[in-house]
Amino acid sequence: MVHTLTGVVGTEAGAVSADVATLRVTGKRLVAEDVLTLDLASPTGHRLRDWAPGAHVDLVLPNGVTRQYSLCGDRWDPFTYRVGVLREPAGRGGSAYVHGELDVGDLVGVGGPRNNFPLVPSERYLFVAGGIGITPLLPMVHQADLLGADWRLLYGGRRRASMAFLDELGRYGERVQVVPQDEFGLLDLPAFLGAPRPDVKVYSCGPAPLLAAVETVCADWPPYTLRTERFAGEELTGPVRQAPFDVELARTGVTVTVPADTTVLDAVGAAGVEVLSSCRQGICGTCETTVLAGEPDHRDALLDDQERAAGDCMFICVSRARSDRLVLDL
Amino acid sequence: MTATLNSTPTLPANDADPFGAEVLEDPLPLHAALREAGPVVHLTRYDVYAFARYEQVHAALVDWQGFQSAAGVGLSNFRYEEPWRPPSLLLEADPPRHDAPRRVLSRVLGPRALRRLREGWLADAEELVEQVLGGGEEFDAVSALAQAFPLRVFPDAVGIPQEGRENLLPYGDHAFNAFGPSNDLVAEGAPRVAELSAWVDAQCARDVLTDDGFGAQIWAASDRGDITPEQAPLVVRSLLTAGVDTTVHGLSAVLYAFATAAAAHPQQWDRLREQPSLARVAFDEAVRWESPVQTFFRTATCDVRVGEHVVPEGRKILMFLGAANRDPRRWADPDSFDLSRDPSGHVGFGMGIHQCVGQHVARLEAEALLTALARRVDRIELAGPTRRHHNNTLRAWESIPVRVRLGRR
Ligand code: HEM
Ligand code: FES
Repeated sequence: MVHTLTGVVGTEAGAVSADVATLRVTGKRLVAEDVLTLDLASPTGHRLRDWAPGAHVDLVLPNGVTRQYSLCGDRWDPFTYRVGVLREPAGRGGSAYVHGELDVGDLVGVGGPRNNFPLVPSERYLFVAGGIGITPLLPMVHQADLLGADWRLLYGGRRRASMAFLDELGRYGERVQVVPQDEFGLLDLPAFLGAPRPDVKVYSCGPAPLLAAVETVCADWPPYTLRTERFAGEELTGPVRQAPFDVELARTGVTVTVPADTTVLDAVGAAGVEVLSSCRQGICGTCETTVLAGEPDHRDALLDDQERAAGDCMFICVSRARSDRLVLDL
Repeated sequence: MTATLNSTPTLPANDADPFGAEVLEDPLPLHAALREAGPVVHLTRYDVYAFARYEQVHAALVDWQGFQSAAGVGLSNFRYEEPWRPPSLLLEADPPRHDAPRRVLSRVLGPRALRRLREGWLADAEELVEQVLGGGEEFDAVSALAQAFPLRVFPDAVGIPQEGRENLLPYGDHAFNAFGPSNDLVAEGAPRVAELSAWVDAQCARDVLTDDGFGAQIWAASDRGDITPEQAPLVVRSLLTAGVDTTVHGLSAVLYAFATAAAAHPQQWDRLREQPSLARVAFDEAVRWESPVQTFFRTATCDVRVGEHVVPEGRKILMFLGAANRDPRRWADPDSFDLSRDPSGHVGFGMGIHQCVGQHVARLEAEALLTALARRVDRIELAGPTRRHHNNTLRAWESIPVRVRLGRR
């Protein structure tokens, strides 16, 4: 195989900032009953932002709804993200839209990847997945296997036909236990997890009742053994804005309008206020700017949920506004 | 595929020694020659490949899949040669092993985490500047400021004891020399390696560190299982290796830039005095202009096509960050230190997953020192001949004699 080194760089006058916040749907495939995968790639063929197992992206759908999806593709392929999407009967604008309306060729906004569920180093892992909760665990088991760790996966679902990625998991043989509820009943967690031991990390993702059950079984295990991520079905915030917004620079006393195709960084720079940046992808932290008022639309890969909720800073190379106006300490 | 490989045009070659005294004294002519020769050049003396243009250096830095670090980021190929010390868990690691240490250190050294240090560092910088100016208006900017300031704040921030801190600079100097060939510079450092390494390793132990510094936070991350307890001391070691000499030479670079620019463009220092928020831009422009870290190697993980040529799997590539940062294809008037330029996107801190995790620390140190100096001094100029310090990786200064004029407060 020959790999090609591709560079995308501009000149000082026109630094190309690859628009990492907009991707194109390049594949849509039904992989189990009510579960499909989307492939996403840069419309201009750029590398995508790097990620590690457990990471999720915020997808801003063309109908304006933002939803979080775990990445379940291959991080060694820098050009493609893959996410798995379950059609939820109760879902409003999110999963129903993805299943029904979203098509190959459509553009979606992307925030992150961010990772609240990182795979920490260990010699042994026990993974417990429920339903669509398999998505973040899929790249984890791949990585655990690559590192030569001793690992097992317990994967429960309603029915075999509703369980995604069984084909990909097939190659791991005995390490994976597939437990469709209609064939075998509920997961036998105590049997799978066994006696507490100090050298194991337990990862679980799935619906709340499953996580509660895993937590109960692991209650007496050493602290920090168990790491969980709830498969959040709920929608995030309201629709994001596509319309231009105003940014008031409090120290300079200037207000600039940011059109949909311009970053805040560039708009502010055009107004003569120079903010240092580096990666222009929301990953290095260089362009951090204090927010004095207004609601940012965070598209970076740096802030965790609490930091986002605080709303007191943003990375202006990628993040935008939900409100009509932002006031920045510039 | 074989047919294509066979018809490959001849690879441009260069027989200069990028680690020889002549190049270390002034690397700019070699950089220009390599950039001109093509997107990839064969360095015959070491039988390695070289990238000197911004486009290829930037692309290789972000392409960790094709250009790995775990075979060493120096000339030595860890696939065949034993490293001189246990490899760094960050710098000399690839994903997935790189993930956890990087994640921990990004948090500990992130801009949000540094907020609590800011006030203190600004005050420390004022105190140091006061002290230096008290001794007269002529001094050596390298020892008096560029070395003194990081040594005053950084070891405290990590949390190591006072005793033995004079070992930090020689240790770092050796570590950065060791990325090059085993030449005279490495030989000069060799007699002290065992002693310095033992001292540095001892500072990384939990009970030696204060309980509120970067070091303690790294150990706390191991309590949470984010890294293993075996990894914690090596992550602390990364700070002690990569965090001192780099900033010393970065600060020297920005002071030298202002002192030499003084003759031609005295208004640059005036602009900084009027607008202290320019300190950060000035520092990054100096990091672009001087590139304190000049070079790092990568190893091709498979045959990589670069333009018309192929870098074969397993071969070392020397990335000239300093040459990329002055590539006229990317930068207008690249050789001038220009405060009105936007230096964003320079590769002086690297780029991609290994991009300097300490860059916010370096910037905060620079901002503190420049702000304090600009407050007291209204003119800075060279007061005598400057002297370079040679290092296989760093672009460094031994001495920058300066004369300052005190300004009104
Ligand atoms: C002006 C000052 C500095 C410069 C020019 C500089 C330069 C660099 C460069 C070019 C890299 C990338 C290496 C690669 O891609 O292989 C790097 C990585 C690194 N730097 Fe810095 N550095 C500076 C200050 C610091 C400081 C203050 C610290 C610690 C607080 C630090 C810690 C590190 C570490 C741990 C890495 C490895 C990161 C990784 O591989 O993930 N550096 N630095
Ligand atoms: S420039 Fe890197 S986060 Fe904005």
